[in-house]
Amino acid sequence: MIIAVPVDDQSAPNTVCVSFGRAPYFLIYDIASAANRMVHNSGASGQGGAGIKAAQTVVDGKVEAVLTPRCGENAAEVLRAAGIKMYKTSGDSINENIEAFKKGELQPLQDIHPGLHGQGE
Amino acid sequence: MKIAVLSGKGGTGKTLLSVNLAAVAGESTYIDCDVEEPNGHLFFKPDQIRSEPITIKIPVVDQQICDGCRVCVDFCKFNALAYIGDKLLIFEEVCHSCGGCVLFCPLRALSERDTVVGEIRRGYSDQVRVASGILNIGEASGIPIVKGLLRDIPAGTTFIDCPPGSACIVMESIKDADYCIFVAEPTLFGVHNLKMVYQLVRLFGKPHGVVLNKCLPGENPAEEFCRQQGIPILGKIPFDPELGTINSEALIAAREHKGWKQVFQELLQTVMGEVRRETASHS
Ligand code: SF4
Ligand code: SF4
Repeated sequence: MIIAVPVDDQSAPNTVCVSFGRAPYFLIYDIASAANRMVHNSGASGQGGAGIKAAQTVVDGKVEAVLTPRCGENAAEVLRAAGIKMYKTSGDSINENIEAFKKGELQPLQDIHPGLHGQGE
Repeated sequence: MKIAVLSGKGGTGKTLLSVNLAAVAGESTYIDCDVEEPNGHLFFKPDQIRSEPITIKIPVVDQQICDGCRVCVDFCKFNALAYIGDKLLIFEEVCHSCGGCVLFCPLRALSERDTVVGEIRRGYSDQVRVASGILNIGEASGIPIVKGLLRDIPAGTTFIDCPPGSACIVMESIKDADYCIFVAEPTLFGVHNLKMVYQLVRLFGKPHGVVLNKCLPGENPAEEFCRQQGIPILGKIPFDPELGTINSEALIAAREHKGWKQVFQELLQTVMGEVRRETASHS
């Protein structure tokens, strides 16, 4: 199974980014092979629609589950359309969250927040 | 002559001032650009109302034709499009109606459809032409409505009642204004709000002045700020429970009482004097 986690910085890829749409990178991790790679989230710096672009990036990475502290409405809609499940991270350690996910300890993500568009756009 | 009336937040007396200035200006135009909460029409109670829907263009896809090349997804600067599981998803609230995706789709799978986002109502109240923009609930941007409101304004004196704050929609509202009036409350919080709009207006290089509202005897931090920054003070409206009552009943003070009529007439004279002086020196 391939999972994705929003991460803060490519040079220190061990903390979970607080935002999904605005995360600078995603860690794409294949649980079966333990192979991992970083993908750049080009939506993070774009004009609006960051979550949509981010979700597209994740979908294109053939991801099946996303571990994230929160997620916006639009991104969630894209992920749902692609059949990707969302789980809520606990704490900001990527490794611990991946381990918890493998053990089935992470809860499905509930709080989908409304987009921020329209406020200053 | 277009005069924009602004404030950093709602409830400072922006509508009070614009409505009363328009009411004493004889033949004039009042435009309510506060499209999320228009209330100028409550005061003017205009008649002979004509309503005009405002639409924006949103792309629609023919999934039968679309082959998933993603040219449109890559083109959209606003990330309003996603291609997921053999389907193009279009996020209408994120779309900025630039039309680019429709133009660039190699298979012509995209077309445009009009979506109503709100309306403009125009009417008359005595000698004042009143125009209000109304944004439908849930729509993200009132900018298309403001654009519609500010198109083809008749000559003469126009007062533009701007949305509160300093977001894009405020910029759109003051873009073509000849002069900007800030309305500020005499508190530290009022200074904070004033600073926001002051910075915005300076960015646009528009001539400007301030009207201090709800003034009491004693200290006035907003007045202090204006003096420091050299912002011309056009006038002061005293804190007055009677004015508050008239206003809360959605009546126009200048039409109700001779005393208030005079207050706003004098204010208008000062404003027009400033506008003439400024526009003469700027042209
Ligand atoms: S019209 Fe412009 S903003 Fe809207 S989806 Fe197409 S490219 Fe994006
Ligand atoms: S550009 Fe046209 S054909 Fe290509 S994905 Fe977009 S809608 Fe489909």
